[in-house]
Formats: sequence, structure tokens, C-alpha cells
Amino acid sequence: MDWLQIASAVFLVAMFFMILPSAKRMVKESPKGTSSDWMGFVLPMAVVILFIILLIALV
Amino acid sequence: MQMNSAVARPTEAILQTNKLIKNTYMLLSMTLIFSGVTAFFSVALNVSHGIAFAASLVAIGLLWFALPRTQNSSAGIPVIFAITGLLGFGLGPMLSYYLSVNPSIVMVAMGGTGAIFLGLSGYALSTRKDFSFMGGFIFVGMLVAIGAMVANIFLGIPALALAVSAAVIMIMSGFILFQTSAMIHGGETNYISATAGLFISILNIFTSLLHILGAFGGDD
Repeated sequence: MDWLQIASAVFLVAMFFMILPSAKRMVKESPKGTSSDWMGFVLPMAVVILFIILLIALV
Repeated sequence: MQMNSAVARPTEAILQTNKLIKNTYMLLSMTLIFSGVTAFFSVALNVSHGIAFAASLVAIGLLWFALPRTQNSSAGIPVIFAITGLLGFGLGPMLSYYLSVNPSIVMVAMGGTGAIFLGLSGYALSTRKDFSFMGGFIFVGMLVAIGAMVANIFLGIPALALAVSAAVIMIMSGFILFQTSAMIHGGETNYISATAGLFISILNIFTSLLHILGAFGGDD
């Protein structure tokens, strides 16, 4: 394991702890989505997945 | 009088939202071009992994500590250009690698990222759906992805690396919907911080897509 991997791990752990308070706040304060709200998210995600599969087929 | 003010307020709010969206996309376009230029120089200069990592570290440091202090003034503009320029510069070694094995992967990843961003932003703008409910999901997803990345530095499992890349694309796609919706519904009122969020999403989608295409293209 070289120093770059160790530095990357340290950096990612630091990032984890920088994001943690925002994540806690978001979980507490975010409104709860209804099933139709989640469907509005799932639909574009399904399109993104299909698009990536198409890109993989292209290369 | 009351009717006038009742009509004027939503109109003003709509104008402010339109201005925010216009300014954000304008700044985002300029920062993407700028980061493309710095990435080009990074590739041309054949910078080492260490220098690229240091550039990315400085960029993240500016993003965490300098941008929140400057984003409400004009001082935020040079800071956001410094962040995006350094992040673009940090891509150099990765781009050099993929350009050397299969240049078409880089082009496909770039076009694919652009299409995903435009599609998702267009979807959020046209449907005007409120994606604020996704905040917790996105941030917890980021934490899980970071945890998996750290674990994989030590484990070195290629399948886990690919799964993390796929997860990052999904999380960042969700973040684009979340951020665009926040601009429409008033959750985000600052075009500099909105640009920073969207830029980071685009960058993460691009690098993750590059990784996935590189692996499935048979050249990784």
C-alpha cells in the first residue's frame, strides 16, 4: 500500500466526518416523501440506468 | 392595492427563481469550460498522481472552508473558479490513462454525463416536482458510498469498486434533481453554492461513468 492510498483513505474519512452533521440534519429535517414522490424519482433513475447500459453497449 | 401586491409577490418570486437558474447555469457552463481547460493542461503536462491528488485536496479545502465564507459576495466567483479549475487539473492522470487505452471512452463518458445532467435538470425544471424529501436519502447514500470507498482501498475488490461507481452515479443523479428542485422551490437561493453542488455532481458522474465504461469496455 503506497502513501497515496493511505492519504486517500485519510481524506475520505475526513470527508465522512465533514458530511456526517449535514446528513444527520437532513435525515431529521427532510419532509417524508409519498409513494408518488418516490415514483417521480424512480422513473428518471430507471432511465439513467438504461442509458448507462446503452453507453456500455456502445463502447 | 392588496390585489396588486398579491400579484406582484409571486411574479417577483418567479423572476428571482428564473434569475437564479439562469445565473447558476451560466456560471456552471463557464466553470465546466474552465475545468476542461485545466484538465487539458494537466494531461498535456503529464502531471503525477501526487500533484493531481494535492490539487484535488486544495479544491476540497476551498470548497469546505473558503466557499461558505465568500459565496454571498463577488469574492465567491474567483473561489468557485479556483475550486473547479483545481478539480479539473486533478483529473489529469485519470484522463491520461483512459486516453492512452481507449480515447472513445472519455468522449462517451463526457457526452453521457452531459446527457444525464441535461435530462435530469430538464425533468426537474419541467415537472417542477419538489425533491426536498430526498435530502436524507442522498446524504446517507453519500456516507455509505464513502464508507465503501474507504473499505475498498484496503480490500481492493474490483466488483465493489464498480458497485460504488454505480451507486455514486445514482446518488449524484438524485442530487441533481434535489438541487434543481431546491432552486425552483426556494431551498437554494445562492447561485454560487448551487453551481458548486451541481459541478461536484457532474464531476462525480463523469469519473464514475469513466470507471464503469473503462471496466465494461474491456480496457480497465
